[in-house]
Amino acid sequence: MITGTPKPIEEILEMLEPYDKIIVAGCYGCVTVCRVGGEKEVQVLASTLRLAREAAGRKITIKEISLERQCDPEYIEQMRGYVQDYQAVLSIACGAGIQFLAEKYTTTPLLPGINTGFLGVTERQGEWAERCQGCGDCVLHLTGGICPVTRCAKSLFHGPCGGSVQGHCEVGKDVPCGWQLIIDRLKALDQMDNYTKLKPYKGWNTSRDGGPRRIVREDMI
Amino acid sequence: MLKAFENGADGVMVVGCLEGDCHYLSGNIRAKARVQRVSAILGRIGLGAERIHMYNLSAGEGSKFAAFANEFVEKIREMGQSPINAARLKVPEQSAGGER
Ligand code: SF4
Ligand code: SF4
Repeated sequence: MITGTPKPIEEILEMLEPYDKIIVAGCYGCVTVCRVGGEKEVQVLASTLRLAREAAGRKITIKEISLERQCDPEYIEQMRGYVQDYQAVLSIACGAGIQFLAEKYTTTPLLPGINTGFLGVTERQGEWAERCQGCGDCVLHLTGGICPVTRCAKSLFHGPCGGSVQGHCEVGKDVPCGWQLIIDRLKALDQMDNYTKLKPYKGWNTSRDGGPRRIVREDMI
Repeated sequence: MLKAFENGADGVMVVGCLEGDCHYLSGNIRAKARVQRVSAILGRIGLGAERIHMYNLSAGEGSKFAAFANEFVEKIREMGQSPINAARLKVPEQSAGGER
């Protein structure tokens, strides 16, 4: 899922300074799962904003909504009937969802209520960790199911660098060396020959280096 | 919990069973984490983090409950009115709440 963290309330209040009537828009997708932008978070944020603004002597009116997904046009359309009645929309979906809302409602300012993080997993309740950087050319079949792009701090493709010490990455004691994880796993799978199948270079043209990406599925259009 | 403050509470006392004695195993531990979150929010928006507090006691500790309640009410009295209620006194015609 796409993860994120709430923006500091002070930053949100500053963004909302020009406005007295807004929509706080959540998303039932990824951000609900990582507890940063679902219905419950909409309620908490809206309550917090109302309290903060009232204590400051300037009330704010808030419509609380959550869309099934802010990254799909049919759900965004559900807001069409009332968006124009509000001065701004504070969205707590991921950056993709917020941008899609902004694209569809061009005369209403869209504000981000969260800082979008990474593509990750729930390691345990309340703790999420990055697993994929969407490089567009997956090699997990060769690396024991462990992503070198993400788990290696330098996204190396040829094994551990000199900074790998006793399984730890040089960027921090609590960061496992991604390549040590890969080698250990390949050995356990008896697949060390996979190491030689990896290309010595990785083409990044399928990743962000080729600019914003697009997928077109002719069979679905 | 935040709604209680929107509805005009000057303080909110949350009472849970003793840690380790929760019928739902960790319900009271999780409640404690939620209370801490709300307390931090109240602190950051200037209402005062101490306006919410969680107490733990068993169902048989009636006198302890009364003592906790008195202690909390006393603390909130000392803190005075929440800034929300103070602001409302200045502008009595406005009421709280949002739209759905
Ligand atoms: S808008 Fe973002 S958070 Fe919501 S479902 Fe789509 S990708 Fe996930
Ligand atoms: S190799 Fe690329 S697609 Fe596969 S997990 Fe890593 S970043 Fe994601």
